[in-house]
Amino acid sequence: MRFKTLNELVGLCARESVTIGRLMLAEQVRESGETEARVFGRMSEYYRVMKEAVRKGIEEAPRSRSGLTGGDARRVYEYALGGSASLGSEACTAMACALSVSEVNASMGRIVATPTAGSCGVIPGVFISSQQRFGWTDEHMVYGLFCAGAIGYVIANNSFISGAEGGCQAEIGSAIAMAAGALTELRGGTAEQAVHAVGLALKNSLGLICDPVAGLVEIPCIVRNGFGAVTALAAADMALAGVRSVIPSDEVIGVMLEVGSLMPESYRETAKGGLARTPTGRKILDDMRLEGMK
Amino acid sequence: MRFKDVFSIIGPCMVGPSSSHTAGAVRLGQTAGAIFGEWPEQATIVLYGSFADTGRGHGTDLAMVAGLMGFNPDDDRIREALALAEEAGVRVRFRTARRAGLHPNTATIILKRGEREDHITGCSVGGGNIEITSVNRFEVKFTANYPTLLIFHDDRPSMIAEITDILGKAGINIGYMEVDRMSRNGDALTVLELDQAVGKDEIGRIAKLPNVRRVCAIPPFGKA
Repeated sequence: MRFKTLNELVGLCARESVTIGRLMLAEQVRESGETEARVFGRMSEYYRVMKEAVRKGIEEAPRSRSGLTGGDARRVYEYALGGSASLGSEACTAMACALSVSEVNASMGRIVATPTAGSCGVIPGVFISSQQRFGWTDEHMVYGLFCAGAIGYVIANNSFISGAEGGCQAEIGSAIAMAAGALTELRGGTAEQAVHAVGLALKNSLGLICDPVAGLVEIPCIVRNGFGAVTALAAADMALAGVRSVIPSDEVIGVMLEVGSLMPESYRETAKGGLARTPTGRKILDDMRLEGMK
Repeated sequence: MRFKDVFSIIGPCMVGPSSSHTAGAVRLGQTAGAIFGEWPEQATIVLYGSFADTGRGHGTDLAMVAGLMGFNPDDDRIREALALAEEAGVRVRFRTARRAGLHPNTATIILKRGEREDHITGCSVGGGNIEITSVNRFEVKFTANYPTLLIFHDDRPSMIAEITDILGKAGINIGYMEVDRMSRNGDALTVLELDQAVGKDEIGRIAKLPNVRRVCAIPPFGKA
């Protein structure tokens, strides 16, 4: 890849008059030595998997393997259809789609890690609801995934994308930033606006800890995917309206690295702190231990 | 750069819920199955640390068995793996155990058929990636991201040269290698991670070398 920072990415896009999505596709072709058709095809297949996960979670409302969660995506989807959602039906539908993918993940269904399994709902939630709303083609959406991938690539290599390393900010926070930047570009925003969306979004999730109840990718991960989709829409709207991240997005990524590095281990996916160590969180873990392995 | 391409950010496609506890567990099972090399009659899976504590909710048990059956991390049948293994005549047992100093996501897989028995220990290191840390009583360290050869042989001079000569003549490059032995002149295990897949001919020639007892060829699994 010819870029290491978001600033370099914006510079390349400006110099070569291409979108982030198209630039990233070309970079991937160069990096992998594969044909453009093959690289694009693989990403298209991933998008198909995301769409299927959105459908499945809402239509089939699967329970998680632990039995702790399931059915919330359908609840929120039906509520959105009712037309009385405070968010408006579009944002509420994005939230339902994100919950759906995350619930499918918890039920051992098939998903695409974006960037991780724990944060797999945010990008599909934003993408699939926006595609329905704006009538975009699948091809347009796949370029959007390359754009999201370019943003995630910079975050991952300059900070982190796993909860075990940097807390939830690194997983859900990165997913929100990727979705926000990609949506900005999908809606016709410039590469510079897309990168402002990244900084605006990331600032909102700095410090978020990873404290999964019983160590499972369910509580609070699933609802955080739902909230994440809504936050991504908000960040894209701010950027498209002309709001700028005063602290440059690359510097915000640096802050995420700083905060994650200082974060106690008990808040980095170990289930030794936060929600996991509440009286109720501990009881859920104890009950599951009693049930034991098969 | 830790992450080299777009598909390490968008991807992998996998069955949830966890890249470490589910996708990585599938790959541990796959690798153990490839080392054993045939259908086991009995599989005992010992889970340690976080695998033991949260494995059930993550489907780690199903994932391990799915891997033994040769399924990939994105296979929809992972959920039914225990029932499918039973149908296929594999008796599966699970145990949990504690041992100090292990990676938190560690498992030992013991596979048996007739008199044959293999003990394989490995851990899931994140993002669906694994590391095999012991095979039978040998200490090893390989990822199964590359075509890998495990060669069990006697510890004697020029053994390694004879093996690498066969590979070199076939144009196969070695990316990483390690040798562990039980004792001087005793049993030894050589592990080779290769840049190219090894053909049946080369495997056959290595297996026929004097003092080589067994060769396991592990195909490279797509990054889980």
